[in-house]
Amino acid sequence: MTTASHELAQSPPRMTSRLDGELLEVSMGPQHPSTHGVFRMNVALDGEIVVKLKPVFGYLHRNHEKIGESTSYLGSMPYTDRLDYFCSMTNNWAYALSVEKLADIEVPERAEYLRVILAELTRLQNHASLLGFLLSDMGAWGTPLMYAFREREKILDLFESLSGSRMMCDYMRFGGCRVDAGPDWMERAKKVVDAFPRFLDEFEKLIVSNEILIVRTQEVGKMSAELAINAGITGPMLRACGVNYDLRKVDGYGVYPRFKFRVPLGDHGDCYDRLMMRALEMRESIGILKQAFEQLPAGPIMNPKVKLRAFRPPVGEAYGRIEGPKGELGFYLISDGSPNPYRYRVRPPSFINLTVLEDLCLGHTVADVMVILGSIDIVMGEVDR
Amino acid sequence: MAVTARNFIGSYFEADRLITVQYPEERSPLPENYRNFPFLIYDTDDAEAGLRCVACKICEKECPPQCIYITKSNDKKPDYLGKPQFYPAVFDIDISVCMSCQICVEVCPFEAIKMDKVFELSRRERFDALLFRKRELAKSNTYYHRIHPVEAAEVDAKLAEAAAKKRPAEPAPSAVATPSPRTSA
Amino acid sequence: MESLEQVKARAELAVPGARIDIVPNSGPSQQASLLLDNEHATAVVRFLCDDPALRLDSCSNATGVDWLDRTVKKKVKVKKLVDGVEKEVEETQEEFFPGYLEAVYHLYSIAHKHGPLVIRLRTPDRAEGARLPSLTPIYRSAEFQEREIFDLYGIRFDGHPDLRRILMWDEFVDYPMRKDYREPDDYEYEPTPHDDILEKAKEHHSARPQLDGAENITAQQ
Repeated sequence: MTTASHELAQSPPRMTSRLDGELLEVSMGPQHPSTHGVFRMNVALDGEIVVKLKPVFGYLHRNHEKIGESTSYLGSMPYTDRLDYFCSMTNNWAYALSVEKLADIEVPERAEYLRVILAELTRLQNHASLLGFLLSDMGAWGTPLMYAFREREKILDLFESLSGSRMMCDYMRFGGCRVDAGPDWMERAKKVVDAFPRFLDEFEKLIVSNEILIVRTQEVGKMSAELAINAGITGPMLRACGVNYDLRKVDGYGVYPRFKFRVPLGDHGDCYDRLMMRALEMRESIGILKQAFEQLPAGPIMNPKVKLRAFRPPVGEAYGRIEGPKGELGFYLISDGSPNPYRYRVRPPSFINLTVLEDLCLGHTVADVMVILGSIDIVMGEVDR
Repeated sequence: MAVTARNFIGSYFEADRLITVQYPEERSPLPENYRNFPFLIYDTDDAEAGLRCVACKICEKECPPQCIYITKSNDKKPDYLGKPQFYPAVFDIDISVCMSCQICVEVCPFEAIKMDKVFELSRRERFDALLFRKRELAKSNTYYHRIHPVEAAEVDAKLAEAAAKKRPAEPAPSAVATPSPRTSA
Repeated sequence: MESLEQVKARAELAVPGARIDIVPNSGPSQQASLLLDNEHATAVVRFLCDDPALRLDSCSNATGVDWLDRTVKKKVKVKKLVDGVEKEVEETQEEFFPGYLEAVYHLYSIAHKHGPLVIRLRTPDRAEGARLPSLTPIYRSAEFQEREIFDLYGIRFDGHPDLRRILMWDEFVDYPMRKDYREPDDYEYEPTPHDDILEKAKEHHSARPQLDGAENITAQQ
């Protein structure tokens, strides 16, 4: 983009350069093995130190919100799978929650428990793959990534035998879930969850005792709690700064108030804390899953009063949000009584978490930019929609 | 290093650690619920006469990316209950657009369209070859039983129940012929 | 959290001259919103952010909505004189709602863990004069979201540090999310167009693409 690079070259640097040289502009461009999708950063460098950074995105913009306005409420459900394509179950849940708020639909208890089980499984596989990707970006050449993906494959096999598709599940409906999980699925899920702590122990050993990782992530990308709150950061990034704000506890949506789990908090707000946040959250998710498996009741999984076709919610608007693995995922729907929503808005956590990317990267080297970007945990499907 | 060594050596002994499947020589089994692209069901061996679809166009309307194209026929043919229904003269699914969301399956009131499991569908040309016509889409009920046995059994039970309700109650057959009263001589 | 009427009363006291209205929400979710006037919006929001009882320190969602001019027809029973006798007659009345571009903000409090408070800012202008005050000086999270509202709806924000397109490319001209946006009809060739897409495509493309000969390749035996 000529305008953006022109602007980078003209404006004065925020830090004084140590040598009398020019600034080097690098476009860490849309095709890059470590930028988690088509994401571009225009970086102005003074030697190796980042002096200015402007993120450029929109390469994956599909105008999902406009498609939502011309598709019925049910028809938008498969499109929500494709927003944050790693976590399709939680995307579905956030959308179903917003529509249930809009039209005041009740969800039966078994469906709520199934939703919690699938959301926590999604959180497990998302955090595992994020840690794998981050270690691979730092130069571990894919080995920890493959260990993480091995566990992720087990969870995706569970999703496949339940909903029919590994990633694009299209599983939640307004008023419940689409397919019931039989006892053999439950047995397999329990086996997967029981085998998970062994992987977590090995993985944490890789993180905690690896000196390269500690040196590269501690004191890198520090963020204060005030900046985090003001910039609308949510999810593990916010809790790494020490702010105790987890929507599962604050909003208490679904049946989360019935589960006992802790919310891990970080002290420093740097990359190492964000990594450890995700590792600790995985352990808490395993705890929630075990409790959910015990408490799962029998019963219907779908509210019988909800129509599948020609679903017309009453006139009004609603904003529903859940704690997705990346942060607060919210859907804002305005209905004018017709089968299509009047305004359909996704509040994307990755997009808003990127607001502080420049603040975090200033003063660090180019190599640290990749580590910081990896610890923010973005998925371009959600950033661009 | 210990972790890597444990994983590497362990992959020779534990099945949990060695997960590579040598595709295409071996294929991991697909679960029953797996779905890929839709197909149409016909009941008997005749793909034209036994086709369950009555061209009601509900799936075309509900399909989110609008990849189904249906043209109703002008005449009617009898369905499995014997009632004359329209049938689709043209039923195309553009699988380069279809996103396998299976909403068409959920909204079909006649159990006529179900999800297939075939995924090795690469073609040499991306325009006409990826538009599946009615001939390619129509597959028999026995095929459906083979790929989704549990689901097919449920669907068959539901259709049999609907057929039993529709058929008028037959008069109870007289099992033993009552002897005609003997005329007195 | 206090009710909207109490918030409105206290905000009007704190910022003299502010005109705040409550926009009701007829749906069951009961999230009614406050409509602020554009001159005092920044001051009111700063009050909402700093006030110790409310402490709405996090702007969770900022989005734009486009309302076109609407005429709503209602059947109303009206008493009229018909032939000297007063009777109740059913009449169709038309009510005209002028259109506007709107920015909606959802504010939450992380300190007190309550919310949401929904704020609306409106501008009736759809051309160059579509300007609204920016909330980025108060909430950093609005920075990218207001850029997105500018990109997709065309509302300019006064006070935004870096207002340029974010999702569409810089040289793009129109505003895609508006209700009166007209899509271009010279898209890339669509293999199975139908109805009006086929009609529009016929002007720009030939009936079939050039086959590149790949379909003649056979597998080596």
